[in-house]
Amino acid sequence: MSVFKDAGHLFRFAGLFVLAFLVFLVVRHYVVPKSFGQYGHYRGNAIGEIAARPVKFAGHQSCESCHTDVLELKKDGKHAHVNCEACHGALAKHADDPTSEIPVKPDTAVLCIRCHAISAARPKTFPQVAAEEHSSGMPCQTCHKPHSPAMDAGGAK
Amino acid sequence: MNISRRQMLILLPAAAVAWKSVLAGTPEASPNYKMSEHWWGMLIDIPKCIGCGNCVRACQTENDVPDGLFRTWVERYHVTDENMVSPEVISPDGGKQGFPAVAKEDEGKYFFVPKMCNQCADSPCTQVCPVGATFISPDGVVLVDQKYCLGCAYCVQACPYGCRYIHPQKEVADKCTLCYHRITKGLTTACCEACPTGARQLVDLKDPKDPIHEFLKTHPVQVLKPQMATGAKAFYNGLDGSVR
Repeated sequence: MSVFKDAGHLFRFAGLFVLAFLVFLVVRHYVVPKSFGQYGHYRGNAIGEIAARPVKFAGHQSCESCHTDVLELKKDGKHAHVNCEACHGALAKHADDPTSEIPVKPDTAVLCIRCHAISAARPKTFPQVAAEEHSSGMPCQTCHKPHSPAMDAGGAK
Repeated sequence: MNISRRQMLILLPAAAVAWKSVLAGTPEASPNYKMSEHWWGMLIDIPKCIGCGNCVRACQTENDVPDGLFRTWVERYHVTDENMVSPEVISPDGGKQGFPAVAKEDEGKYFFVPKMCNQCADSPCTQVCPVGATFISPDGVVLVDQKYCLGCAYCVQACPYGCRYIHPQKEVADKCTLCYHRITKGLTTACCEACPTGARQLVDLKDPKDPIHEFLKTHPVQVLKPQMATGAKAFYNGLDGSVR
């Protein structure tokens, strides 16, 4: 006598199971993004999408390719290693097309103080001034040129 | 063409692999950038930080970070002789507008600590994600796939450094990407670009010419919460023991 006698209901159940598994495979094929698992348990294409976001800060190399005069001015000064956009702000648009966005000159009354206002919390070696005592309200650029702030004997440099 | 069963069985897996690479497409936006050649990190030089907040503003501009939330922020520590264990820490608006001045006669020491995602190599935040929406890229940057993120905020809780937040409009997890869209184009991060004193430097640990290797050998460098073994890649030079 066959052991499979009266086992038809088991075969039908197994058939259903196989069918469900096939449906699962088909659904999975369409639902799981193609790049999932390319590098690990995540969507590989997400990396490219994040890398494609727009840039707002052009980077000092872009600035220096045109503004060589400023680079020359900065070269020997104390601000030689301060990047352009640290003071002038994000200017990638201007770097892409100089006419599309004309940068405004930063207000030295706000700008200089941000770094150079006296505070015991700042590193001791960093040049700091109490603005009122130092200049009695005069704008910083009366005496200091922001691109090369050290003063010459002849006054403003 | 006549293909035997044996030949077919050999060809099938090869065809499957080829088809898979076709479906995957081209993932990288920058053609000359090879992920396998980089392993990114950040060097933060505490004695150079003046607390101007340039990095915080630059980050907000570059990455459209909502007001009141931060991918990077600056803390000011005030450590006195009597209170070495729980120092006074302030970070008004993340240090975006700088810090209140301190008169010389105040006792104790002050210093600034810029904070950001530590780009951990064994990151707790990526381990807890239930859907694979956050991950460490092959070049060592912890990123969020915002199309895949459910906004469950499990990762926000898991980050030991408090570097993640839920974006109020997009309702997905958001964090520092180490300006991935910039570094893959050969630029530095927005915070490094805007830092006037060079207190922050992007480092590539796989680049043998990167000065970081010499720096790590010759300076007292720490990572935050080393006891958590997160494999943090934000290296702090001259970090005070009171910083948490």
